[in-house]
Amino acid sequence: MLKNWKTGLTTVAAAAAVSLPMTASAELSDEVLKIGVLSDMSGVYKTLEGPGAVVAAEMAVEDFGGSIMGTPIEIVSADHQNKADIAASTAREWIDDDQVDMLTALDNSSVALAVQGLAEERKVITMNTGAGTTALTEEQCTPYGIHYVYDTHALPVGTATAMVKNGGEKWFFLTADYAFGHSLRDNTGAVVKELGGEVVGSIEHPLSTNDFSSYLLQAQSSGAEVIGLANAGQDTVNAIKQANQFQIVQGGQKLAGMLVFITDVHSMGLDIAQGLQFTTAFVWNQDEEALEWSNRFYERHGAMPTMVQAGVYSAVSNYLKAVDEVGTDDSDAVRAKLGEMELNDFFVKNGKIAPNGSMLHDMFLVEVKSPDESDSEWDLLEVVSRIPAEQAYITMEETKCGLVNK
Amino acid sequence: MQVILAQALLGLNVGVFYAMLSLGLAVIFGLLNIINFAHGAMYMLGAFVALIGYSYLEQWFGISLQIGFWGSLIVAPLVVGLLGILIERTMLKRLADLDHIYGLLLTFGITLILQGLFANYFNVSGTPYPGQPEVLGGVLNLGFMFFPTYRMFAIVFSLVVCFATWYVIEHTRLGSRLRAGVENPQLTQAFGLNVPLMVTLTFGFGAALAGLAGVLAAPIYSVSPLMGADLIIVVFAVVVIGGMGSIMGAILSGLALGLVEGLTKVFYPPAANTVIFFLMVLVLLFRPAGLFGKEK
Repeated sequence: MLKNWKTGLTTVAAAAAVSLPMTASAELSDEVLKIGVLSDMSGVYKTLEGPGAVVAAEMAVEDFGGSIMGTPIEIVSADHQNKADIAASTAREWIDDDQVDMLTALDNSSVALAVQGLAEERKVITMNTGAGTTALTEEQCTPYGIHYVYDTHALPVGTATAMVKNGGEKWFFLTADYAFGHSLRDNTGAVVKELGGEVVGSIEHPLSTNDFSSYLLQAQSSGAEVIGLANAGQDTVNAIKQANQFQIVQGGQKLAGMLVFITDVHSMGLDIAQGLQFTTAFVWNQDEEALEWSNRFYERHGAMPTMVQAGVYSAVSNYLKAVDEVGTDDSDAVRAKLGEMELNDFFVKNGKIAPNGSMLHDMFLVEVKSPDESDSEWDLLEVVSRIPAEQAYITMEETKCGLVNK
Repeated sequence: MQVILAQALLGLNVGVFYAMLSLGLAVIFGLLNIINFAHGAMYMLGAFVALIGYSYLEQWFGISLQIGFWGSLIVAPLVVGLLGILIERTMLKRLADLDHIYGLLLTFGITLILQGLFANYFNVSGTPYPGQPEVLGGVLNLGFMFFPTYRMFAIVFSLVVCFATWYVIEHTRLGSRLRAGVENPQLTQAFGLNVPLMVTLTFGFGAALAGLAGVLAAPIYSVSPLMGADLIIVVFAVVVIGGMGSIMGAILSGLALGLVEGLTKVFYPPAANTVIFFLMVLVLLFRPAGLFGKEK
């Protein structure tokens, strides 16, 4: 009884607080539109997404005006600790008890797949910005799962295409010896061959290798023009650092990172990382619009945004726009609207969300600047070329997702 | 042939780190009977002391002081050694009469705490150490390969430290007292030697060796909270192969296994991380006390 009375009072207060027409608010399922940012707040992906993603989501809500159709918008956030079970139980609690309407961030592929599956059962939209695996939009695609920023197809394929076209035809791979590394290498190798290039060798190194010098020497003497790093995180950083010790880039070979983020470059420093090429969805100073937003983000977060954090802002804004346009938070209607919209903001130009959930947008091949070329702490990347969406992403003809009618 | 020679040298480079770390473990186990799982964390800590001394003193503590690489070679082992002493005095000491497993669990817990603390403030993918001295930059032309000068320095320096430690323990008065203290603590104490103090200092020294290895590793690898965790398991295998408690065994097997790993990287790279454990199984089957250990 008391509870009902309290809820009623809150509704009245909420309705009174905003002087917008109250007619539409009946269409939303409850008195708050909640967006959940579920990210790694303490581990490996913290700098990449984490607290910065919460800042980005909050900025999106503020820029939208803080409320939608007279209903306040609220951001909730939690640490998934890179554990799929923790992520799933948090998501379940959010959806079942707290009526969270949309989930975003979800860095880490195992977390992403677990939460996307759970959200499908409960008909909740997930807009994944942080995880890489293409399974989200391929074998395990769902009607409500959207993969927004990048995937393990777009990054290596984009890089390989652009590098082969720029003359790097002979490739040698350093491959992390597990499924992720193999798939990076195979995706990239296929593109290299398709474009007339050649894979002259490949080494499978154990995960978390400390010393890459032996492998690097083999790559150096292989006669390859490009050394592809089909690994991630600490392995990539170690390999790049040691390539620098053996002066491999100075010797004329190029290093290509398959999964590198601006925060990796920032922590390595330009002395070590210069000349490295990789693909990204976004560079904070790519144009005036991006620069303006990134400066606002920097003021609040103390670091420039990664592509993933910028992606959270874009995903949340476009979700709110879709809810506003269809006038309901019903997931089917909102997802259908999102599929029709052409996404345009500082992060994405002419983006389309395909039926398999993949957000198709152009990517950029970037090269790490030399210390002389850089003007400031975060001025690290130079855009080399733009990679069209249809080259970077798996097309609707090729997709294995069962939701797509071919 | 050139390839083999080059890879052997790189293997030796890895080997000296194995040797230095397993030496510290062997000293602590041989003299104190403690299975020190926190050894990897001490190594990580050494690297972080060097990094913080170089880049963060001003930013964090407002002290306008920068400790360079050479300074770190002295400061880091001291800091890590003192921490080791603190751990021994306040915690490990209380477990001295219990089974080995308690010491192992305690030191494992300490490792997790230290790793967690550093992972909270530093990038887990690793931060490069920017303080490598100019003199050690560049590459040496060895005829069969170009080898980074710094790595050559690390090899020579570690070898000197390893053999000096062996010499002190096996061939000096101080060493013979230490060994006596282990063999028969009561009798040694009756001769007027302060055995508990010796035990504490030995633990501190073992930790300092790991810290020193950490400083040496900092310019080569990235300084990361998990750098010790990646290494410590291999180092335990090295100690087991060499023979628990054998000083020379730890040094020689460290170097030899570095070489074996280096050559595996050429002939069958995916096995590079497992070859040492394979050898460990063989050694345990045929010489359970290790190659240089004595059966008790």
